[in-house]
Parts: sequence; structure tokens; C-alpha cells
Amino acid sequence: MHELSIVMSMIDMATEESKKRGGVKVDALHLRLGALSGVVKDALLFSWQIACQGTPLENSRLVIEEVPVVVHCPKCNADKTLDSINNLFCPTCKARTNEIVQGKEMEVTALEII
Amino acid sequence: MPQTRMVEVRQNVLKHNDVLAGNLRTRFQEANVFVVSLVSSPGSGKTAFLENTLSMLRPTSRVAALVGDLATANDAARLSRADVPVKQITTGTICHLEARMVSDSLQDWDLNELDFLFIENVGNLVCPSSYDLGEALRVVLMSTTEGEDKPLKYPTIFNTADVAVITKMDLAEAVEFDLQAAHASIQAVRPAMKVFEVSSKTGAGMDEWLELLQTHRRFD
Repeated sequence: MHELSIVMSMIDMATEESKKRGGVKVDALHLRLGALSGVVKDALLFSWQIACQGTPLENSRLVIEEVPVVVHCPKCNADKTLDSINNLFCPTCKARTNEIVQGKEMEVTALEII
Repeated sequence: MPQTRMVEVRQNVLKHNDVLAGNLRTRFQEANVFVVSLVSSPGSGKTAFLENTLSMLRPTSRVAALVGDLATANDAARLSRADVPVKQITTGTICHLEARMVSDSLQDWDLNELDFLFIENVGNLVCPSSYDLGEALRVVLMSTTEGEDKPLKYPTIFNTADVAVITKMDLAEAVEFDLQAAHASIQAVRPAMKVFEVSSKTGAGMDEWLELLQTHRRFD
């Protein structure tokens, strides 16, 4: 389980951002999380409350936007959204494809500050 | 309730690791050392596979290895039998290697003295997938005793790897391993992935694997 260390990186990032703005309180952190990021949403949420204790982010919320995998199908010449991460083929023409356009993200997109 | 305000940030959570890994990759390229990382579940035969690889490469190439483990230095002791420089990275409670640990471990090694450097990750098919170590080739191993659907259960790690190795082929028949199903699972999560079938015990399949390493080292 590496979610806790990932949560700590996010807290460090937000703390730094809050300092830069004169120590504003962070109410929420928004994260884009790809289905192929290797990180589990529930484990992040679980770690969040505990890891935030005693930091400027205490009692803040972690808002996760789940990002599905999108592959480029060379046959259809189009981007296609997949509903599973363990079968990388075009849902339309069934061609296998390795071109992942989206789904590996683990990106902090925004903070809600007070 | 006080008013909240939205501030855009847009920062990769693992940016720090990615930057360090990028620096390592540049150092490896400048020193012309080909770096291979190995990931698998615990007990899939990473150390035996690496021990064989090191022994076979040693007569013609300058090789070294870093080995990650939670608690013991047993793997480093085993690998040093191949008579090459080996260093253990004991991660404590951390379930994966990070670029910083690799970078710290390399401090007293001259990379220019090496042709190949192997990094054996902690036995874990989940966490190592998120951390770039600056390697040129990531190899994921699965053994015949683990079951054919391992890639379907851990698609992310297979997806981040460049090459797959099926180990313990000498046990395939005894455990009724369905080789075709295993290949299908790998191709489902990582289409067109190159797969090697090896036995560290008999040495079967090792020549093809070494050929791939030599080819990469020459042309990458």
C-alpha cells in the first residue's frame, strides 16, 4: 500500500501552495486519478483524514475525479473510452491497441482555499 | 460558512520522483550503462533469474545490481555469488523503490565502469508501477506457479512494463500451467508485449533473454 506516501506528497504540495499564499486554509484538494495510475481511490480517501491531522490541511476534503482509460484505435483512427483496464482493445472494431491517450493521471488540479 | 475560492494547481503528484528519475535516466545514458528493472510478486523467482543473468553476462560485460527488500539483505548475499558488485536497498516499511533510493545507493559507484545495471524492486505487483526509476527497460516476471491470469489481476504493472518473463517453466507441466492462456492474458493488458519463457533452474530460454539485453545495449 503506497497510497499513504502519495497522500503525504499531496499534503506537502498543498501546504507549500498555502504558504505561498500567506498561509491560507485549504478546504479541499482536487485530484484527477486515472484508472491505470496504480492507485486506489478508496485507499487514498481512507489515508487522507489520518495524514492531514496536525497539518494545515486538517479537516480538509479530498475530491477525486476518476479518469477512465482512453485508447487510440489505429484502425478506426479515433479515441475510444474503455470500461475495463484489463482488456486493451477497441470497443468498436476489437483491434488491440497499446496507444493510451488517457488514464495514467495522478494530478492535483486545484485547491479550494478559504 | 466562510467563502471558499478555487485555485488551479495542475501538478503531477509524483513530480518529485519523476524529476529525479529523469535525472537518473540522463546520467545512465551519459555513462552508457543499460539499466533494467525487475518487478514481480514475492516468490516469483526474480532473484534466481537475476542471479543467472548476472552470471551469464559477467564473462563479457561489466554488470552490477541493486536489490530492494523490506527487511533482509539475503538477496544481495545470494546475488554476490555471481561475483559482481551488488548493493542491498533495505526499504524498511516502504513497499516499493523510489528514484531517490536508487540515486542514494549509486553514490559511490562509477557508472562509467558499467555496461549493465539491474535494479530488483521489492516483491510487489502494485506499488512499484507508479514509480519511475530511470530504467531503460522494465521487466515484469510471473511464474508458472502463480496462475495464468496474473496480468488480468494486476494490469497496471504489466502495462507499465516493457517486457514480460514467465519463470519456472520447468514446473509448468507439474502445475498444469496453461501457457496459451498466460500469453492471452499478457496480450490483453499489454498488446504486442514481448514475452520470454525461462527456467532459471535448467537455463532454458535464458539465451533469448540475453540476446535482447545485448541488442538493446548496442542500439539504445
